[in-house]
Amino acid sequence: MANDVRAADRDTAVPTPRGRAETPPGRGLLLAAALVLPPRLTPAGVKNDRRYRSIDKYRFVCWFLSVPLLVYGIFVISPFLQAFYYSLTDWSGYSSRFGFVGLDNYSRMLDDSDFWASIRHSVLLLVVAPVVTLGLGLFFAFMLQAGGRRRRGEAFSGVRGAKFYKIVYFFPQVLSVAIVGVVWGAMFDPITGPINEVLRSVGLGSLARNWLANPDIALLCVLFVLCWMFVGFYVVLFSAAMGSVPGEIHEAALLDGAGRSTTFFRVTLPLVWDTVHTGWIYMGIQALDAFAIVHIMTINQGGPGNSTLVTPVYLYKKAFDVGQAGYATAVGVVLLVVTMVFAAVMMLFGRRERIEY
Amino acid sequence: MGSTDVNRRDLIKRAAAAGLVAAPAMGVLSACASGGGAGQEKVEKAEKTDRNPLGVNKSAPLEVVIFNGGYGEQYALDAEKVYERDYGRVKHSATQKIRTKMQPRMVKGNPPDVINNSGGENMDIASLIEDDQVADLGPLLDAPSLDDPTRKVRDTLMPGTIEKGRFGGEEMYQLNYSYTVYGTWYSKTALERLDVEYPKTWDEMLAVCAKAKKQGLAGWTYAGKYPYYLTFAMYPFIAKIGGREVIRAIDNLEPDAWRHESVKKAFEAYHELQAKGYVLKGTPGIDHIQSQTQWNKGRALFIPNGSWVENEAKETTPADFEMAVAPPTGLDSSDAMPFGTIWAEASEPFMVPAKARNVPGGMEFLRIMLGKESAQNFTRLVSALSCVKGATEGLELRPGLASAMKVLEEAGDNVVTPRIHDWYLQLHKERIGGAMAAMMAGDITPNEAVERCQRATDETREDDSIRKYKHT
Repeated sequence: MANDVRAADRDTAVPTPRGRAETPPGRGLLLAAALVLPPRLTPAGVKNDRRYRSIDKYRFVCWFLSVPLLVYGIFVISPFLQAFYYSLTDWSGYSSRFGFVGLDNYSRMLDDSDFWASIRHSVLLLVVAPVVTLGLGLFFAFMLQAGGRRRRGEAFSGVRGAKFYKIVYFFPQVLSVAIVGVVWGAMFDPITGPINEVLRSVGLGSLARNWLANPDIALLCVLFVLCWMFVGFYVVLFSAAMGSVPGEIHEAALLDGAGRSTTFFRVTLPLVWDTVHTGWIYMGIQALDAFAIVHIMTINQGGPGNSTLVTPVYLYKKAFDVGQAGYATAVGVVLLVVTMVFAAVMMLFGRRERIEY
Repeated sequence: MGSTDVNRRDLIKRAAAAGLVAAPAMGVLSACASGGGAGQEKVEKAEKTDRNPLGVNKSAPLEVVIFNGGYGEQYALDAEKVYERDYGRVKHSATQKIRTKMQPRMVKGNPPDVINNSGGENMDIASLIEDDQVADLGPLLDAPSLDDPTRKVRDTLMPGTIEKGRFGGEEMYQLNYSYTVYGTWYSKTALERLDVEYPKTWDEMLAVCAKAKKQGLAGWTYAGKYPYYLTFAMYPFIAKIGGREVIRAIDNLEPDAWRHESVKKAFEAYHELQAKGYVLKGTPGIDHIQSQTQWNKGRALFIPNGSWVENEAKETTPADFEMAVAPPTGLDSSDAMPFGTIWAEASEPFMVPAKARNVPGGMEFLRIMLGKESAQNFTRLVSALSCVKGATEGLELRPGLASAMKVLEEAGDNVVTPRIHDWYLQLHKERIGGAMAAMMAGDITPNEAVERCQRATDETREDDSIRKYKHT
């Protein structure tokens, strides 16, 4: 630990070529020791070293942080590393015996059609769900902020009852995801489900479907429920972001003759882009998960066939239904990589200059 | 010394860097998720006597974990009281999440003495056996039975019970305590109202469904969300048309098992139900409870199911429903097996973990459960048959159960027990079930369904990560 910090330090500390040339051998060790020695016991030679300053600066902080770092390392970082290790074994998950099989699990994955189907569906959700959810979230939030009739003295005002709408939109967020899954499963029920009931009662019986049993639309149903769950959260988030934009800016836009849509695209959206960007990453990760919804709501947990199979559900099935924890862990590692790649891509391409207001 | 104050931004940046470097070092320090496994101390064994044929330590405690599902836990609590009369205290717990609770204990090597490994969240027994985690129940089978010391336990069990507990060898690892009769379930009252008999050939079946359709009723419904329910009537139907060996071939994952003529005929017969509109509209999207409810409401005549349905559907079953089960309707007179052929087997698995502290105690507990008193109590409490021969004598049975009992007696030797569903769970539930579901939803033709099943079977056979079994 001590060594590592020093290594990190050396990269950032200002190099002093002159000082380094004079350093007697062993000084490095002493410097390292200075990290753990109280100042009173530190040899004077070390104290006079230029590099001692930065050590002095960080010593207290490092000691202070060491305990939380240790806890974090044991409970968060190490399981990640262990997962890499287990993904190279044929561990069943049912005993403490396993053999090392190298990259076998990964090569198996390459020609595992179910795995690829699950990746396809997960990536589809990853691409589409954020677009739909954030688009709707932005639209509703803007309407709540600026969709109302203008009252006197205000450039923009929300629709009547905006506060109430916010609560209603946010409601799905308060429900446990399991409940959401069960409720929508019942909604989509072809015989007693309200969706088909409503369609039939308004004379659109021909539109009534076997929602979740039809392989062509089952994934769309999952996508819909995912979006429905999260839209409210983004409405509240974006409302807050838009609320913090100073009114003068909107007034100025109004004076310049900008309509609502122009104002939105040219003024509001750029000003809240930071929030959108963060929300995008968060929603992407939620869409990559989708475990509970698929597991609870769909036919045969990922069916019909494998038309709604997403990677986390596939992982679960491999780990617990057929006792292939090693293989499941390898799938988990791939899922981690996909998530990381997504986050990295978003970080690189979604960044814009921060606008200070 | 002007620069000892730390600038906040600097600090955060550097702390992050330091954290990144420090993190891997931590990984080494941590314990392993799969660590342990050394096992726990076993309790001392006692002398084997006539009263105590398994040599149970009289004072050692016993731990029993029961799946708290459709059968509840009362039957086990009652058997534990009997155990406590002669032996040590029983620590009882019941859960719906067997896997979540038990798997870590299996891995750590400190499992309880008896696990009722059941429910949707059960542990994959095949993997456990592979890892030597399950005790062979041989000593239990060879012990004298509780009620009659002249008979061994193995001779008191219903046919197929021992078979079902075997996994590719002679050892029996799993005791399936309940006995399930699968078939086509119907309401006697509903058939009487239609003025029809239960159909014995497929032509009669189509005629009954046509008559029902005129009345605005569907012929069939099933648990579309869990389409393997279809197999409860389909597997014995296939066996009836083509003989046992077709099911054997399917179980053994043979390369042409599904292409057998009888499978095709069976699929075509069922597909006709769908094509002629005899299946309740919306069925592919409903779960088992919903399908049973629709059936209870009289919207459909027939439902493929198992004998647990009477207990499961008791809330929605009308008083005059007269629930009954029948063997699957045959195709025609050229069938290989007579009408009456059914699929019946022991179910509701119990196991004794190999690393349990008190293995003899666990087996003794199962021996008590297999006594007549406990078996009758089980049937009384949960309205299901047990795997003990003749345990229902003198019991008042509910209509569904009485009919299951009767069907079982009439079947005689014509009982088929497919193993695909416990050997290759995923293949059975998802791939085969999925193909049947697609066919019954009208998405694919019977031929395509056959090909799909065959392809899934071939893939399972080629998959080295799945352990294979063979009928002996």
